[in-house]
Amino acid sequence: MKKLMLGNEAVARGAYEAGVTVAAAYPGTPSTEITENIAKYDEIYSEWSPNEKVALEVAVGASIAGARAICSMKHVGLNVAADPLFTASYTGVNGGLVIMVADDPGMHSSQNEQDSRCYAKGAKVPMLEPSDSQECKDFVKKAFEISEKYDTPVIVRLSTRISHSQSIVEISDRCDYKLKDYVKDPAKYVMMPAMARKRHVEVEKRMAGLRELSNTDEFNKIEWGNKEIGVITSGIAYQYAREAFGDVSYLKLGMVHPLPDKLIKEFASQVKTLYIIEELEPYIEDFVKTLGIKAIGKEKLPVIGEYSANLIREKIFDKKIESKPVTDEEIPIRPPVMCPGCPHRGMYYVLRKLKLTVSGDIGCYTLGALPPTQSMDTCVCMGASIGAALGMEKARGAEFGKKTVAVIGDSTFIHSGITGLIDVVYNKGNSTVIILDNSITGMTGHQHNPTTGFTIKGEPTKQVDLEKLCNAVGINRVRIADPFNIKEFEKVVKEEIEADEPSVIISQRPCALLKTVKFEGPLKISIEKCKKCKMCLSVGCPAIVDKGDHIEVNEALCVGCMLCTKVCNFNAFEKAGE
Amino acid sequence: MENLNIMIVGVGGQGTLLASRVLGNVAMKMDHDVKVSEVHGMAQRGGSVVTYVKMGKKVYSPIIEKGEADIIIAFERLEALRWIDYLKQDGTLIVNDQRIDPMPVITGKAKYPENILEKIKNNYKSVVAIDALKIAKECGNIKAVNTVLLGILAKSTNIDKEIWLESLKENVPAKAIDVNLKAFEAGYMC
Repeated sequence: MKKLMLGNEAVARGAYEAGVTVAAAYPGTPSTEITENIAKYDEIYSEWSPNEKVALEVAVGASIAGARAICSMKHVGLNVAADPLFTASYTGVNGGLVIMVADDPGMHSSQNEQDSRCYAKGAKVPMLEPSDSQECKDFVKKAFEISEKYDTPVIVRLSTRISHSQSIVEISDRCDYKLKDYVKDPAKYVMMPAMARKRHVEVEKRMAGLRELSNTDEFNKIEWGNKEIGVITSGIAYQYAREAFGDVSYLKLGMVHPLPDKLIKEFASQVKTLYIIEELEPYIEDFVKTLGIKAIGKEKLPVIGEYSANLIREKIFDKKIESKPVTDEEIPIRPPVMCPGCPHRGMYYVLRKLKLTVSGDIGCYTLGALPPTQSMDTCVCMGASIGAALGMEKARGAEFGKKTVAVIGDSTFIHSGITGLIDVVYNKGNSTVIILDNSITGMTGHQHNPTTGFTIKGEPTKQVDLEKLCNAVGINRVRIADPFNIKEFEKVVKEEIEADEPSVIISQRPCALLKTVKFEGPLKISIEKCKKCKMCLSVGCPAIVDKGDHIEVNEALCVGCMLCTKVCNFNAFEKAGE
Repeated sequence: MENLNIMIVGVGGQGTLLASRVLGNVAMKMDHDVKVSEVHGMAQRGGSVVTYVKMGKKVYSPIIEKGEADIIIAFERLEALRWIDYLKQDGTLIVNDQRIDPMPVITGKAKYPENILEKIKNNYKSVVAIDALKIAKECGNIKAVNTVLLGILAKSTNIDKEIWLESLKENVPAKAIDVNLKAFEAGYMC
């Protein structure tokens, strides 16, 4: 049967067909739908882990115990999971172990555009790279075979356009994979110096075997066409190259680590001009050049931003696509904004009013850095807000610390904020940390986490009590406040930044997009009552529009969260349609 | 069939994903190769969103580039203007004549361009502008804007209407089928 599937959905199908029984992940665009789809298969135990490191450790344990296990994350998640990765490379596997990592060239939804292929090389594990949904499924299944045959974790690299493009996939049945026996084997699985030294030797032997596989396996295949031009490429870049170059010769790499030296030499020797098309680092190019082969790559193509067929045409063939502009006026950009009804809006209204320095974190609330709130000062990585706030205080002193807060989402706090908070207590900081408890992981599209009380399969489970958790690490001042009760929220923030000890404010209100959240319905502005003081514009809601001579509510956007009514001094808001 | 490239552009949250699902399904029923590329994550939060649907004998890149779209369906006027140079010179623009101010306009940092449709019509012959919000309301659900636009799209392709109807039925929840069929027909009649 054929089905149209997202790359991520095809990965899930591949895991299912390969007989996987354990899957763990932390959500992160563009990888999230892999595990959401895996969770739909009753045969596979699936979990949202607190972070990517734990997710990989769960998968490593499952593999050692004899199951086929898969672990998925976005590119920056692999930074968090790098510690288990580099040593799981030494232990090898029992049941197959596959790590899915989704890069984000162009940074559609990320804080950097690092290239995960460098991790495969660093950790000495094989990496496969599919170029459409069918390959996503096929490569995942193949990755499990390689994992078991060569006793190694295998990384499969995706990118945004692979993960989030649908293409046609041929569906097969689930294979009958039997749990392997568990045999205690400390020489293989206890990585202390004496054992690890021996395992490193095994790693190098295995890599030699994998190099041979890379040279001979059908993953890496030559598609002969016109031999004037040869293109070495992989993943989504292959698709762009296909459109831009047309009928030339291609060496399409499905295995990007280790790279096939003999195959590359053979291909290069038969084409006149050799191009390397890859997103984003010159990873293949550097290797090709160490073989002493001349090739054109990054001297013409960028290491910044997403590729496309047009970009290749422009950079390689100097063919610029011109179009007659419809207008010469500037087209206003439409950056993402916090949704109408978003609980974060009330909080940022207060932080901006108090002119605080805001050490930020990763989630929907990062949008608070943009106009109109423009409240956030820093955002580096998951969990960084708390450590960074402490660092600011230690650098500039207690007074600066009292004008600084850390802002972090509930899921991000569990991911890696808790360790920062422990640091604040342990090292006598004075920081005020605001945890945004909106009952869900928002930005990635509503996943459960340890604070929501439900598992990935929607089963009820124990819920982390944030208040007790903060108390337990030594925070005496934990306050719970509703960010839509602006006056009270402001009072709480003022009290806590003034306090001479660290404190946590739990800003509690569910995400406006949750189905359980009900609002009053759209509002409108009474033209008679409105004095055009523009106070309502200061909450920064996309549904309230300054029309020049009057202020207006866009009824198609307004949900009726009533936040604006709390800053209006003239009672000018009323229910629409009345 | 020649390759058919369709772009769906709008504002995050406007429900552009249903349209792309139905389109992908239509391509499958016609035994075409097809790729549908969507936007997830941060950009969805009220930002400018675009979905590419490419179908034909063989599709490589999932992305449609400048001057390559046969049809653009715009859920909002400013988004039509933003993406219009992706349309082929003889391509068709189907635009929902709705205005949603982006944040720079709301805060007074930028101006919402005037007379967008007239400007587009100066360069492109085939422009279908319609108040899909009004038609959707008349059909009984404001959320059926996307289905009204699909109806117009169906009319402007050579693809058999029955295939569209089948795909629509397979992609909307059972309780919403009647409203959506009504909205589709209303669009198809435009």
